[in-house]
Amino acid sequence: MIKLYDFHGGIHLPGKKSLSNNTPIQQLACSKRLVLPLQMHIGEPARPEVGVGEHVGKGQRLARPDGFISAAIHAPTSGTVVAIESLPIPHPSGLSAPCIVIEADGEDRWEKPFEPWDDYQSHTPLEIRQRLRDAGVVGLGGAVFPTAAKLAVPPDRPIKTLILNGAECEPYITCDDRVMRERADQIIEGGRILLHASGAERCLIGVEDNKPEAIASLQAAIKAAEDTRFEVVAVPTRYPAGGERQLILTLTGIEIPRNRHATDYGLLCQNVATAASVYRAVVLGEPVISRVVTVTGEGINRPGNFEVRIGTPISDVIAAAGGYKSGVDRLLMGGPMMGFALADDTVPVVKATNCLLALHPQDREPEQPPMPCIRCGQCAEACPVNLLPQQLYWYSRAKDLDRTREYHIFDCIECGVCAAVCPAHIPLVQYFRFAKTEIWASERERLKANKARERHKFHQERIAREKAEREAMLAKKRAALAAKQTNQSQTGSDKSAIKDEIAAAMARVKARKAAAQTKKASEPAQVGSPTYTESEKP
Amino acid sequence: MLTAVLIFSALAIVFGIILGVAAQKFRVEGNPLADQIDELLPQTQCGQCGYPGCRPYAEAIARGEAPINQCPPGGEATIIALADLLGVEPLPLDPERGEEKEKAVAVIDENLCIGCTLCIQACPVDAILGAAKQMHTVIESECTGCELCLPPCPVDCISMKPIKPTPDTYKWPLPESASPSVMGRKIARRSAEPVGESKA
Repeated sequence: MIKLYDFHGGIHLPGKKSLSNNTPIQQLACSKRLVLPLQMHIGEPARPEVGVGEHVGKGQRLARPDGFISAAIHAPTSGTVVAIESLPIPHPSGLSAPCIVIEADGEDRWEKPFEPWDDYQSHTPLEIRQRLRDAGVVGLGGAVFPTAAKLAVPPDRPIKTLILNGAECEPYITCDDRVMRERADQIIEGGRILLHASGAERCLIGVEDNKPEAIASLQAAIKAAEDTRFEVVAVPTRYPAGGERQLILTLTGIEIPRNRHATDYGLLCQNVATAASVYRAVVLGEPVISRVVTVTGEGINRPGNFEVRIGTPISDVIAAAGGYKSGVDRLLMGGPMMGFALADDTVPVVKATNCLLALHPQDREPEQPPMPCIRCGQCAEACPVNLLPQQLYWYSRAKDLDRTREYHIFDCIECGVCAAVCPAHIPLVQYFRFAKTEIWASERERLKANKARERHKFHQERIAREKAEREAMLAKKRAALAAKQTNQSQTGSDKSAIKDEIAAAMARVKARKAAAQTKKASEPAQVGSPTYTESEKP
Repeated sequence: MLTAVLIFSALAIVFGIILGVAAQKFRVEGNPLADQIDELLPQTQCGQCGYPGCRPYAEAIARGEAPINQCPPGGEATIIALADLLGVEPLPLDPERGEEKEKAVAVIDENLCIGCTLCIQACPVDAILGAAKQMHTVIESECTGCELCLPPCPVDCISMKPIKPTPDTYKWPLPESASPSVMGRKIARRSAEPVGESKA
């Protein structure tokens, strides 16, 4: 057993996991119409490489990663691309974003884009990273960070320890629990691939101690694999134990400072479900086209976990779980602490959809009107990142964005602990989200203003340069003219010169006319067979 | 007595020389205050403030010739930022200069454009692409939304299109419990008598 450390703050929450964790993962039938947002991951949106009307096979790549931090998107079933357009996506704003729409042909015929690699050890870490990138593997814990980008660490900072995150600390959510119980062998195999790809020496799997079945299942799988590098560690159940930095601190005692990453300390943290999808991508050659989603809450008739194709309308998933009970007034994507309310259930399941939670008003803490902050400091005691939420609250509220940055608002993981303990019921996280998006917006404005300033400066320089060039040209012409004039005034008056020129020209014209007349007079009879003078010959 | 006078004269001369050299050596080119003000202005270059661009307005503010409330594109946020920088009272936006509008970009109706280049000449940031008797188009990412291209267009084929928020640019709203305008609170905090019913 390894020594466990303690992170600051946190709270104990009622787990409510038994609603959904007692039944096995069910396969959900493929929906007729699948909507795949081009950005289901952190980073740049993927770039479509299929056209409308094109027929695609299951697993075929629809969009390729565009940039280093980006992920590919694949067809979850065989069918026809019917549209590439802006459609509502699951996002707190309820706004639309570009999506690829596929109409299933019902055959569900595989067209695997990759060779299965049974012998992944014979492939270099770089090849494995490339495979994960091509297979669209992203962190399935909710942050959806591209796994290949996370694995790409500078060679001078090698990874020593791989941490697989199976803490799943939020109430209600049980998808990782079920994956650990049913697919422990895939997780361990994926972990071995990640060990190979990262060069790490050992792997710690952190699981909250309220999931004994998952721990037993993982231990059995490790035993079966006969791999001594793995160790399952039961961590105390305390929200947010599954936060990456909190779990790392609990397991290793290393507190990652701000602006640094776990990889700077030789640590790599991946979700357990991500490890399973790594196994499927590398060994089976299957891209990420589905994920396990918990459908739960007191407002669902038959809560459970479902293996759902990416792009499936959420309403279909809810229907598979027996539909809503009457009186449900809120549907969340994610858990009750960090999830967000969905405006409607027609939006698709994306790679980040770990949980769909339907609640009645009576299932939630009654919403009480916020009262003034009394500066009790409970939020600061509970904050798992050692922030001062009350100070952040005052500054966010006053739109004093510089101050919120000084108080490290961007270290806030939005876990919601501060708001949960607040005796004044102040929606603290909402204030912090407001301040964060406000800061991002002002940053974008500032960059745009800088660009406009540059362009305006260039515009003015261009106008000045063009003016100067025109003036220089005029001056040159004027100088040339002046020089000519002085030349002419030296030889004689320019008026007489022009007169002379005119007279000479008139004399030339007269001479030519006279010559033509004499020619006509001398050769009138030979019109039919024209002859040419020497000068007229063609 | 004489020693004291000599010592102080000598000190005066030495410090005088040091100050003189420092003034020459560390001379600040331009007006640093104008730079700071320019940094806060939105760089729309629209001229609604009455000055030909943001920089001249910044210089006028720095010289104390212009009030800080003449920038409609910047709106309340810019006025507050300027007030903070200059240590003066924030003022409401001067309504004569225009009003704060939703951010927008110019769009040319390419079916109507006759290729006269007048808008190209009017654009302060060279964000319109085109040539004589060729169709023109606005480079959306570079357009500041200054509206200076609207009046010169002889066929009125340019319109302003509001910039729609996307999931990436979405801003979380301030929770309802904290709604009075910042301007109202700032004014209330700074001046003795509160302005209006700002504390809703």
